[in-house]
Amino acid sequence: MTLVLEQLLNGLQLGVMLFLLAAGLTLIFGIMGIINLAHGALYMVGAYAGALTAKATGSFLLAVPAGLAAAGLTGIIIEYIVIRRLYDRDHLDQVLATYGLILFLNELVTILFGRQPLFVGVPPALSGAVEIIPGVPYSVYRLTIIAVGLMLALGLFLLITRTRLGMLIRAGATHREMVRALGVDIRLLYTLVFGLGALLAGFAGVMAGPLLSVQVGMGEQILIMTFVVVVVGGVGSIKGAFFGALIVGIVDTLLRAFMPVLMRGLVTNTSEADALSAGLSSMGVYVLMALVLLVRPQGLFAARG
Amino acid sequence: MKRRDFLLASAAGAATMAAPSILRAQGAGAPVRIGFITTLSGPAGYLGQDIRDAFQLAIDSEGGKLGGVAVQAIVEDDGLRPGQGKSIAERMLRNDGIRLFSGIVFSNVLGATAPDILDGGGLYVSPNAGPSNFAGRECHKNYFVISWQNDSLHESAGRSASELGYQNAFILSPNYQAGQDALAGFKRMFRGKIAGEQFTRLDQTDFAAEMAAIRAANPDVVFQFHPGGLGIAFLRQYQQAGLLGRIPMVVAAPSLDHTTLAAVGDAAVGVNVTSHWNVDFDNPQNQAFVAAFRAKYNRTPTYYASQGYDTALAIGAALRQTNGNITNQDAFRTAMLKADFKSLRGSFRFGPNQHPIQDWYALKVERNAAGQLELRTGKKVLENHGDSYAASCRL
Repeated sequence: MTLVLEQLLNGLQLGVMLFLLAAGLTLIFGIMGIINLAHGALYMVGAYAGALTAKATGSFLLAVPAGLAAAGLTGIIIEYIVIRRLYDRDHLDQVLATYGLILFLNELVTILFGRQPLFVGVPPALSGAVEIIPGVPYSVYRLTIIAVGLMLALGLFLLITRTRLGMLIRAGATHREMVRALGVDIRLLYTLVFGLGALLAGFAGVMAGPLLSVQVGMGEQILIMTFVVVVVGGVGSIKGAFFGALIVGIVDTLLRAFMPVLMRGLVTNTSEADALSAGLSSMGVYVLMALVLLVRPQGLFAARG
Repeated sequence: MKRRDFLLASAAGAATMAAPSILRAQGAGAPVRIGFITTLSGPAGYLGQDIRDAFQLAIDSEGGKLGGVAVQAIVEDDGLRPGQGKSIAERMLRNDGIRLFSGIVFSNVLGATAPDILDGGGLYVSPNAGPSNFAGRECHKNYFVISWQNDSLHESAGRSASELGYQNAFILSPNYQAGQDALAGFKRMFRGKIAGEQFTRLDQTDFAAEMAAIRAANPDVVFQFHPGGLGIAFLRQYQQAGLLGRIPMVVAAPSLDHTTLAAVGDAAVGVNVTSHWNVDFDNPQNQAFVAAFRAKYNRTPTYYASQGYDTALAIGAALRQTNGNITNQDAFRTAMLKADFKSLRGSFRFGPNQHPIQDWYALKVERNAAGQLELRTGKKVLENHGDSYAASCRL
């Protein structure tokens, strides 16, 4: 039982990380109509800036704003130079251009910092483990990610539902022409939304630094899963991104954790059971996506429009 | 409509993800061209980079030659995608007329690429991947492996775990050819029980579920095979889960090399590693290699680099005996199989399936006098060890 609880916690943590990326992706698509494949690259920029700052200053507290600033700035520059030219273009053009950005940013990082992965330590204050489930020490750092991620989700929710900017964002997602007709500077709104998405991705990158390996191409590993989250949750919906991310995170973790046990019960040959369960659990989230598309093609929490 | 566009576009994006960046190495003269297909982009890019750089170092230190014959390495990036590797090989074979190949890092890329090279009349000399399916019944007279047969890496880890007195092991690896070979190899030489066995994914970044499973199984040793960045994430999360001090770990060289060691930091202290090569091997050719590599590239070579260098030396030895003629493949093979070069590992010869027979050592991560982490070589685990597939190879 404690194992199930622990795995649920693990799923929650993965879900929160996915949410940070998916929120930006879904906003950028929902409001601006842009498919931003380079979103993972912004995550990488955040992780690199965080890692380098932590290395230079020895302080993780400084790494967070550095990662945010680098990702946000990169996002705004990208929006200004590249994305602006794509608003009226076909989605295929957008995919090609943002895919080009992935190659460009990956190569730039390789040139600047090399292919060797960087080291980021867990900040000492968060390096221990606590037994929130009796008998199971759980990493304080992971708990921090969960807490901070949930707070950010709440903050985003308040921003979207309770502020003027949020109102414009919601209006922009559903009635873009009307917002423009009312005299709102839609370009500024777009830049803000893109910057916000970049900030969230950069934050996810900084937080991932001590858990994963900070290296070129790290963004693409998680990007595909993020797309699954956006599709499951419903394109353009922050609420969808949140619940989609939690569902995908938990389903993926639980399948990885319990599929082998289940398959060993069903298939007698253990090595066959292991291979089968590895295959099935890696398919899991995609099967989930297919089911959602079948039953509720607009996504579980689709924004209207 | 919107959503459909999004789906289509994201599918298109996913399909083209991590595509190739194309690099060409500049060689000298009008030389024997070597098609060097390797992984240079993405998280595993440093593996290919080390192999390529060491291979080029060998060429450069002879002034653009190997074994006195001018050579040129044509380097291309497979992006860790089997299809990409295959199409590069086809192009090099058909359009460029290249007949000598090397460089592939990953077994899944090799599995798709090597058959095309061999069927197309090419020679392949592997600096890294040595999957089981090409070591046994499907061995080929024009296919040579300088590194190891995949299983043998992990057989050494299995033997080492037994010698350290562990009885009950939890084993994990990614679900692909080399991962399956890894678990098979470990189990072949480990004399204790297997407490649990789990496959991970080659693109996995979060191992929390696996950590919880390990804790629940409570084995007395963990064996895992996670090359490159995967290994970094695995070890750090192992430490963060509070398992590092509690359950010892035995791994083979790919899960902890000198580059990952730097990125893992303290999470690696005390980990048992087995390898066929280490920076501190004190034979003169190795000392010279490590010094030259550090001087030229300003980093510590990994065992990938040592294999890239050995591969260049092996090709050089064969070219010297054939005066650079690779069209007579029987002569090339006879020359190659003599393994007439000074391997950085010290002892090296080819077995009947043209895979290495070599010694394996136990390594341990320790802090040196300067406070830096290093891999220190301990005792020999296996001597003159080949692989278990050689018997079913008929050459």
